[in-house]
Amino acid sequence: MPEQIKAKEPFKFYTRLHLSELTGLRATTLGQLAGLIKKVPGSSIYHHTHRFLQQHQYLSPEPPNDFAYWVTEILGEDELGEKLASIDTIQYSTIRALREKIVSTIEGHLKNNVLAKLRFARSQEEFYFMKSVSFVLPTGYSAVDLKEFTEALRKITIDSIYFHIFEARLRLERGGNDFSNWIEDSLGDKGLADEISNLDPYTQTLENLRNALIRILEKRMGTQWRT
Amino acid sequence: MAHIKEYIPIVGRSIVDDLQLIADKLQGKTIQHINSTAVGGGVAEILNRMVPLLKELGVDTRWDVIKGGEQFFEITKKFHNALHGRPEIINQHDFDAFMETTQKNIEEVDISGNIVFVHDPQPIGLVKKKSGNKWIWRCHIDVSNPNQKVWKFLRGFIDQYDSAVFSAPSFSQHLPIRQFLISPSIDPLSDKNKELPQETIDEVLQKYGITKDKPILTQISRFDRLKDPLGVIEAYQQVKRHIDCQLILAGGAASDDPEGLRVLEEVKEKAKNDRDIHILLLPQNDIEVNALQRVATIIIQKSLKEGFGLTVSEALWKAKPVVASNVGGIPLQVKHKYSGLLCHSVDGAAFAIKQLLNSPEYAKKLGENGREHIRSNFLLTRHLRDYMLLFLSLYHGEDVVYL
Repeated sequence: MPEQIKAKEPFKFYTRLHLSELTGLRATTLGQLAGLIKKVPGSSIYHHTHRFLQQHQYLSPEPPNDFAYWVTEILGEDELGEKLASIDTIQYSTIRALREKIVSTIEGHLKNNVLAKLRFARSQEEFYFMKSVSFVLPTGYSAVDLKEFTEALRKITIDSIYFHIFEARLRLERGGNDFSNWIEDSLGDKGLADEISNLDPYTQTLENLRNALIRILEKRMGTQWRT
Repeated sequence: MAHIKEYIPIVGRSIVDDLQLIADKLQGKTIQHINSTAVGGGVAEILNRMVPLLKELGVDTRWDVIKGGEQFFEITKKFHNALHGRPEIINQHDFDAFMETTQKNIEEVDISGNIVFVHDPQPIGLVKKKSGNKWIWRCHIDVSNPNQKVWKFLRGFIDQYDSAVFSAPSFSQHLPIRQFLISPSIDPLSDKNKELPQETIDEVLQKYGITKDKPILTQISRFDRLKDPLGVIEAYQQVKRHIDCQLILAGGAASDDPEGLRVLEEVKEKAKNDRDIHILLLPQNDIEVNALQRVATIIIQKSLKEGFGLTVSEALWKAKPVVASNVGGIPLQVKHKYSGLLCHSVDGAAFAIKQLLNSPEYAKKLGENGREHIRSNFLLTRHLRDYMLLFLSLYHGEDVVYL
């Protein structure tokens, strides 16, 4: 079997566990929702646009983000709900940019739909703002080449995959997911790094994402061995 | 009592490994739980399961119970009802008597924990003993619309804690301290939730004279107006006009609860002449509850108000399609059209039940989704993880904590 390319730095797998913190802030109307989205901490925007990915990770297709769910199911504003659900989160590299997009989507809708301003949630169905507190821990798994990396990928929890793909990119603003960054910087394989970056992790379950990653890596190792 | 490794086949090894990783970070810290009863009630039930597991994970944990006389617990029962938004007459004498017992407990309870975890209002005043350690107040009650007089009284104590914990987002209030959302949980290894052999289920059906010849709608709840058993019968009657089915209403009614007995009589009166309605006054028997849930075609939880509604988690864990009211902690457990159907009225409940009975494949999918939702979010292992993260949060104010 041909020699695997060894990385300059090993990849260390971390995991992320989270606790939901309550803010005591709530919205009853779309106007209030937009107003509070502008001022809540970034960790609250992150919570409401990513919570479903972990809480409902077995469902495909994924339920939409919390804002879209509330607007559709509680306020009955289907059109706006669809717009919020289809915001292409992967396009945004900062929470600030994602926050602005959500606010402009709601405000744009309110401007063109006067009646939407009159919709309000019943008692106990208001939108309750929360935020995520993340605890990042080392898992003990590490890899120095693609083979070890793929093996570890089979064993780690979906929380670990979640951390390196979602949290690293958007919340920690590392300019891409950790897997692609390591493959490009430490293994020098830009093609493989790009292939992983181009996956849309928001439209599949975390288990499916794991399988897709493993398929891409196995394909790449097969090509390496043939050449 | 179950050992931590027995949860591995249910939640996976990695989840249990994570628990050990977090527990290791709590080395050197002593956790002291304080509540008002060692047996009976949901808090004692969860602590009885949780404390041994925390110890097994290596977290130094102890559990103390405060003392109080009959008068003290009558007053705290009134507090409880008032916090739920029910009208209660509470006067200064009640507050004074509460403080008198609190003072005795302050003198008697030995506070040795680095982290003191106080459950519910009864022991809340012990925080006056705070000195350099961390204190958490865990509220298990629906305080979305509390009696302001009682809430204001409790706020005098709550504000002295480091953090507060609530079971549903709608219970959170404006507070000067950090507040966290931690849902309660079910234990998949308990008698109420473990897998049952078919013979056991059949024996329970036989005992109560229930046959499986037509779909079974079931609500498991004590006979209490807030669980709306009369509304459940009305919904069943609407469904039965179109689809032949039967209804089981099963639950306890404490003999010292005259209102519960009155509700039971009203339910019996409304159900008379219909042999397909089974009203079962169950003693505390978890295996029977388990069997009745497993035999149901659809499980209903049409509460008007709900602290959390763990009967919904129990039903979903058995992969049952659920029709439930959108109140309290229920919407956390049921995402409408994804893991069950939510309703707001008798008509809405009847419509949802008909939909599910007429679309068994859809109903099955909702039940399966529900089971996975419970596996990820409402089992005891998640509860343990959240509590340990909560303990760690006391020493970290930031939103991203590197351990």
